[in-house]
Amino acid sequence: MIRLQVNGAMQEVVAEPRDSLAAVLRDRLGLHATRIGCAHGSCGACNVLLDGAPARACLVPAVLAVGQEVVTLEGLRDDHIMLSLRAAFQAQHALQCGYCTAGMLIAARDMIQRGCARNPDEIRAGLAGQLCRCTGYDGIVAAILGAAHDARR
Amino acid sequence: MTPARFALRRATDWEELPALLAQPGAMPVAGAQSLMPMLALRMTEPALLVALGDLPGLQRVEQTAAALVIGAGVTHAATEDGIGPEPLRGWLAHVASGIAYRPVRNRGTVGGSLALHDPAADWPVALLALDAVAVLRRGAIKRRMALAQFLTGAFATALGSGEVLEAIEIPTPPPGARFGWCKIAPAPGAFAEAATAVLLRPGAAPRIAVTTHDGARLLTAAPRPDDPYLARLREVAIRRAEAAAA
Repeated sequence: MIRLQVNGAMQEVVAEPRDSLAAVLRDRLGLHATRIGCAHGSCGACNVLLDGAPARACLVPAVLAVGQEVVTLEGLRDDHIMLSLRAAFQAQHALQCGYCTAGMLIAARDMIQRGCARNPDEIRAGLAGQLCRCTGYDGIVAAILGAAHDARR
Repeated sequence: MTPARFALRRATDWEELPALLAQPGAMPVAGAQSLMPMLALRMTEPALLVALGDLPGLQRVEQTAAALVIGAGVTHAATEDGIGPEPLRGWLAHVASGIAYRPVRNRGTVGGSLALHDPAADWPVALLALDAVAVLRRGAIKRRMALAQFLTGAFATALGSGEVLEAIEIPTPPPGARFGWCKIAPAPGAFAEAATAVLLRPGAAPRIAVTTHDGARLLTAAPRPDDPYLARLREVAIRRAEAAAA
């Protein structure tokens, strides 16, 4: 049994060392926004925040997240940048199947917060670790650019 | 893609670390960003992972009279955001920004990259060119070693049993020094197909490091004429460094 702080609440879950944080979030805590795509760090679908910074939940043993604040997409429902990103993703048709979207949103929010989403080239470079097989990225880049513009106002 | 079963201990005390690492099948782990994929793919099956992240001092950044000293647990992201004074600050940030992706850089560590010594990794080449020194520690005993001696071969280092990398000392470059970095990779953030780093110091020969199948290596002399690959790398490295801001 380990104690994890997830989306502001302390949770007790059964986890053995080989269980990734992504697997524990999904299978034990029912937080299904966090997707498992490649399970080895390449696709970015499992991004969550650990102490405020994005991390691949598939590359973190859950037991090593003990003592850190875990925030999943579910925990960012009322976050003002996320509200803006969600509206922009909808307006720009920035998803099709949606499998990559949670990871995209978490990466995009971090890029906006760090001031690294100022133009399409910068956004494309920042999305290098986020794989989308549906959209061709144009809508995603446009959505993030728009949300970044909103955040600066 | 579930790893084989293993036990995990979070080390908190330098004195207890050698005994933990002496257990059968024990393996140290820092940010785990290279190890977790290897576990998922079952390329390695340790019995016990000893997590180093809670050991005191691993996140420190200090500027001494002669060098920037960084704890082995300093992340790529911290380096990307800027540590220490210029010009090293900008040089290190430039290298860090090309390593994998930001969510990986937030967990992966400079020391972990050196201790693993993947021949396609960025830090071994960049820090070898910068003439960095590794600080190795076993319990209370420390020893210092130039990276050229520390990096013994692909996925191999001079770390002894029970010993881990504690810190890296990066000498303060002399006035007028320049640094060039060239990484050839199939996509942003991907592992290098080839990488080269060069340090130009006034009045000194260029210090050039390159990726090889044996890991990061110094080009100590001009490449032989029958080695056009190294000759070309050397040429590109020096040109990039000369074009970089002093």
